[in-house]
Amino acid sequence: MSEVWTLAEQRNGMVNQVSFELLNRGKKLSEKLNSPLASVILGYHIKKERIDELILRGADKVYVVDNKHLANFLIEPYTRVLLSLLDEYNPHIFLAAATTLGRTLMPYIAIKKKTGLTADCTILDIEEGTDNLLQTRPAIGGNILAMIKTPDTKPQMATVRPHSTKPAIPDKKRKGKVIYKKYDDKIFKSRTKFIKFIKDESQQVAIQDAKIVVSAGRGIGKKEKFKMIDELAEIIGGAVGASRDVVDRGWKTYPHQVGLSGKTISPLLYIANGISGSVQHIAGIQSAENIIAINKEPDAQIFKLADLGIVGDLHEIVPLLIERLREYKLKEAQK
Amino acid sequence: MKIIVPIKQVPETSNVKMDEETGTMIRDGIESIINPLDLYAIEAAIRLKEQFLSEITVISMGPGKAIEAIKEAIAMGCDNGVLLSDRKFAGSDTWATSYVLSQCIKKIGKYDLILCGERATDGDTAQVGPGIASFLDLPLSTFTSEIICLEKNSIRIKRLVEGGYEFLDMQLPAVLTVVKEINDPRLPTLKGKLRAKEIKIPMWGPKNIDAQDECLGLKGSPTRVVKIFPQKVSREGEKFIVKDEDDLSKAIEKIMDYLILKELI
Repeated sequence: MSEVWTLAEQRNGMVNQVSFELLNRGKKLSEKLNSPLASVILGYHIKKERIDELILRGADKVYVVDNKHLANFLIEPYTRVLLSLLDEYNPHIFLAAATTLGRTLMPYIAIKKKTGLTADCTILDIEEGTDNLLQTRPAIGGNILAMIKTPDTKPQMATVRPHSTKPAIPDKKRKGKVIYKKYDDKIFKSRTKFIKFIKDESQQVAIQDAKIVVSAGRGIGKKEKFKMIDELAEIIGGAVGASRDVVDRGWKTYPHQVGLSGKTISPLLYIANGISGSVQHIAGIQSAENIIAINKEPDAQIFKLADLGIVGDLHEIVPLLIERLREYKLKEAQK
Repeated sequence: MKIIVPIKQVPETSNVKMDEETGTMIRDGIESIINPLDLYAIEAAIRLKEQFLSEITVISMGPGKAIEAIKEAIAMGCDNGVLLSDRKFAGSDTWATSYVLSQCIKKIGKYDLILCGERATDGDTAQVGPGIASFLDLPLSTFTSEIICLEKNSIRIKRLVEGGYEFLDMQLPAVLTVVKEINDPRLPTLKGKLRAKEIKIPMWGPKNIDAQDECLGLKGSPTRVVKIFPQKVSREGEKFIVKDEDDLSKAIEKIMDYLILKELI
């Protein structure tokens, strides 16, 4: 059986956590298929220990393309290099994370390979008898799940939602093969030039990467009141989210928006303050592990999804909760 | 300068009701609207037109009634449109849809910039914008949050990525998919509405765009839907109602107990 591939993403020499989640997914699939698991990494000055970590976390092989033209993600060189690798090794399955990179590169490649691609999958499995990849993703506003396959073309491609599984755990004894590939300069040609990356302090903890997200909706009342949500997020160690309503009113910027027209997130804990829970919003949070909702309206939709629902005024509850969390943290620190 | 904006008509779902039994959306009586995220692409195109001399063509693949979406875009300030409608297009996945739209763009011929919404709120794949770029073999920027400057043969853009923004210089022609942050879409004007009412929108089928039948619809789609099943949305945990001061402190303790029990703090 040909290989199962995962794309390892790196920025500034660091491999993204989500790449290890992909290895966890890939491992299960490759075991079912009884085929090797390989990771592909593109970049510049990629450290040996980063490559080794991919092996420790499950890759049997790592394909490495290290070139100064790959330092930053640019669509044309990344596509040409991957197409060349895919043509040479013909993997059975090719997975990438549903990050801004994965969601740009994978569709561009799938068109050129004339193969199927399923976006933002949350469940992956192998169909018995056919060895087809069964790709399941939320559809129509996240209210239903659609299972999709690519029966006739290879590789079967999918992007996988970040945080939808745990990262593979490193095993110090694992061994694997590293294959360095070199290409002529013409493969790296690009009509796009990378200028710079600027960190946005306000999204320092990107909501899609955060373990805890504290969010507010229209119930917050006005922009100034968001301060208490920021404060609650800070004390609990989370990122700040917002409903579409609040973003449309300019109370928080778009990178904070949770929901179908913002970001779909899967944190360990989601705290919804004054959010009624539109279908669009719920679609964006339903894979959160724990949900706590605070809302004045006892019939708010959000309570259907909440593990703990408090019917009450967030303007009373949140300040008290912040105070109580402070006390708790102080006591813990003194232990 | 010539700008093409591919758009999609989608069901209006912001106030949608759910069928409690099946967990699916109740579609009866739901209106069709322009995909809300496409409005930002339309607005970006109109703003460029206001700055530079340009012509904006809106294209859409869908049933006959998708003409309403094209007309609305014209009422906002786009110049003309093409509707891609044919039974053979039905059942297309993102590969086949990107093929049809890119064949249409090839047929239109001259273009400098293709502006797309980030994704459609119904399909939610975000694959068609990049797909069009790939078929036309053009440079691509996704998640574009600002057009910084436009020159004769190039464009500088800012794009929203994890943890910050990337700045890119791109040669034209190019494809951009844009995010909400880029602008505030305007409403259609009365004058625009009148123009939209008068204008004739051509309807094109596979022959008009030199499309190969085997690349269309289900036949042209590499993916297959195996099955669709409801997702259990409801988990309804404990609900606690705060009626007085006393309940307020109980509520706080309930939250604290939950956080401690689940080892969240």
